Amino acid sequence: MKKTGFLERFRAWDEDRFDLTERTTGDLNRPMRPAPTDRTVSDEPVQRLAAGEMRAFSRIYPILAAILGVVLIAFLLMTVYDLPPFGAANVPADNEVPARYVRDGMAETGAVNVVAGVILDYRAFDTLGESHVLYTALTAVLILLLSLRDAEPEPDPEDVLMRRDGILTTTAALLVPIIVLFGIYVLLNGHLGPGGGFSGGAIIGAGLILYAIAFGFTRLERMLNLKSFRIICLVALCFYSVSKCYSFFCGANGLHTIFSPGTPGRILSAGLILPLNIAVGVVVACTMYGLYSIFQRGRI
Amino acid sequence: MAFVVNFPLFAVVLCLICSVVSSVLPGRAARRLSLSLCALVAIGAALLLWYGVRTGAATTYLMGHYPHPWGNELYFGILEPLLLCVFAIVMGLCLLGGRKHLSEDLEDGKHRLYYVMSDLVLSALIVLCCTNDLFTGYVFIEICTISSCGLLMIRQIGRTTLASIRYMIFSLIGSGLFLLGVILLYAITGHLLMPNLKEAIGALYESGSYRIVLLSAISLITVGLAIKSGLFPFHFWMPDTYGYATPASGGILSGIVSKGYIFFLLRVIFRVFGTNVFYRSGVSNVLYVFGAIGIVVGSISALREKDVFRMIAYSSAAQIGYIYMGISLSPHLGVLAALFHILTHAFTKPPLFLSSAQLADVSGSRKRGDWRGAGHKNRLAALTFSICAFSMIGIPLTMGFVSKYRFAAAAFERASLLVPTLIVLALSTILNGWYFMRVVIALYMPAAEADAPRAKPGDRGVYAVSAIVFICLNIICGVAAEPLVLLLERGLALL
Repeated sequence: MKKTGFLERFRAWDEDRFDLTERTTGDLNRPMRPAPTDRTVSDEPVQRLAAGEMRAFSRIYPILAAILGVVLIAFLLMTVYDLPPFGAANVPADNEVPARYVRDGMAETGAVNVVAGVILDYRAFDTLGESHVLYTALTAVLILLLSLRDAEPEPDPEDVLMRRDGILTTTAALLVPIIVLFGIYVLLNGHLGPGGGFSGGAIIGAGLILYAIAFGFTRLERMLNLKSFRIICLVALCFYSVSKCYSFFCGANGLHTIFSPGTPGRILSAGLILPLNIAVGVVVACTMYGLYSIFQRGRI
Repeated sequence: MAFVVNFPLFAVVLCLICSVVSSVLPGRAARRLSLSLCALVAIGAALLLWYGVRTGAATTYLMGHYPHPWGNELYFGILEPLLLCVFAIVMGLCLLGGRKHLSEDLEDGKHRLYYVMSDLVLSALIVLCCTNDLFTGYVFIEICTISSCGLLMIRQIGRTTLASIRYMIFSLIGSGLFLLGVILLYAITGHLLMPNLKEAIGALYESGSYRIVLLSAISLITVGLAIKSGLFPFHFWMPDTYGYATPASGGILSGIVSKGYIFFLLRVIFRVFGTNVFYRSGVSNVLYVFGAIGIVVGSISALREKDVFRMIAYSSAAQIGYIYMGISLSPHLGVLAALFHILTHAFTKPPLFLSSAQLADVSGSRKRGDWRGAGHKNRLAALTFSICAFSMIGIPLTMGFVSKYRFAAAAFERASLLVPTLIVLALSTILNGWYFMRVVIALYMPAAEADAPRAKPGDRGVYAVSAIVFICLNIICGVAAEPLVLLLERGLALL
């Protein structure tokens, strides 16, 4: 057996010592086949060697990881020690940037809630990205878990079982309307007080999930299936992109926009912030419920 | 201000809208949309490049009504549209050239999701190239990470699922470190926009306060982006990721996504840290060491690999090492060489993956040993493979030669590192030649048995278009490299 250094061992670990065989596309339920026969008998010493490398590697790896971890921890602790004290006056972060947000935020954006003003007006481009991060995550999960052979809409056995639980159904029947209503309140009130699209949407999504747990997916499916999901996301995200594109375009070219801050404190004020909050909230609620549904049963 | 400066905004928004619209379109329509989007972005970026060259000045573009340090901004001069144009062209060609394998590797109902992800990657790359705001960069790094994972795992075989988990873990560690660095910078400066950050960091460096935090922020951001682009000790996700993904994804991930992160790091070095602070901090020396080791280790790993796809992926690790070595050598000639190598690699690695996939089809195996005579069965793929292999080795008349020449030239600017750099360059050229020529020679050997059936043409037409364009780009940019280098030099001055 030849001697190998740490790097070789690390590399060997990376090699294909474990054969995960291809699942052919389209037939996901077929059992994993044994490894294809491109590995001839003469490869056996290699595999023995690999097992030895693996053992040696698993001995040395924890030690190296511990050393690296200690060094990193020490470095980061020194960094934290050197940071400006948290919450003290006159820290560098307390400069002209938050000063203007707090002083002029309400007049410039029309939002009483400064946070809403910052995320949906001053730094709206970041939030445009953030709402698409959620959409990206949902699509990635769809790619991974969506099973395309769901022609038979059989009632899940768990579904039936859950529905018999009296405590769950009664509590859910009482709570779900309140939760969803509260979510809508937080959503619509985002520019006036604490709240906004992300938090309101999360509350609504939680309410939908609770409903699905208590009463099963079949009833929700009449309203929320993959098709309506796509339409809702399409409308909300396209509205967000197009309206913000208009507003960025006007801002960059010094044009006048048709959106005005309005009277701060009114429900219909703060220009684009309220509609954008609704769009973000819808996307967040859909994403939360969609992720739950995909993980639970492989489809929306 | 000319109208063309609005292009990056429109391009980002158009990419995002197209990605959302693609999710309700049938697969064919989504593919056409995606391809026309790539073409549109390439044309727009070319116009913007022309505008930048003509005016010779960079543009700061407000995203909204508020200037820095309050609102988001974009910033672009000459380099940004140039890279954007290259990225869009390469992505379009990858989607074209990998079409046959896309239709084989993907489940029927999931084609549209592939194009959703590719549009999102393009939007993220546009923003990474153009943003003037560090935090916007982070948001779009997230989009880029998740959507590249999607591109990878959409081919659902066990190996890619495993590879995408590994890629995801490494990539998220990278994003986490980057975010940590941004937070530290915010804590000591109170800014997120690049011009203000640079000013504040320069002042802090002069006054000598918060030394440790500054060093730690610089190293966290650099290491984070280095992990995401696959620098040496963190390149272990590469072979599986690039090697088992569907060829179009392999090309996109290795050719442009990792380059997007590197270019973003370059912009952060030049526009946030400032070259003065960065090159005196010692982080560049660490990058040099890892880059140089990465070149050698990546090449040796490639040499030991029998699977051609994994060999090409290991070669990517070596090329990333080159780029980081160039960046760490010097802020002028070194970075120039690194930028040229970014273009070289973007024009060379995707066609290698695409043509390997074609050759693997005709020879029925991914192993180098089974490729004897495969070049006679698919001449165009073999030609593409050979020319791109020559380019990777650095044979004159190809782009690879020019970038190796520029690296050597950059080494003379840094006398203390001259000898190790030249040794690494020579060693890696030999190794590159060894493992690539081995495959090229095997391709053109007389076939062992002549009865193997020729591959059916299938989607050969679109593959031919993409292969020929890649060959032309490689040779044109290799023969007439001087204008390109001048352009990069002017762009670097504006960065």
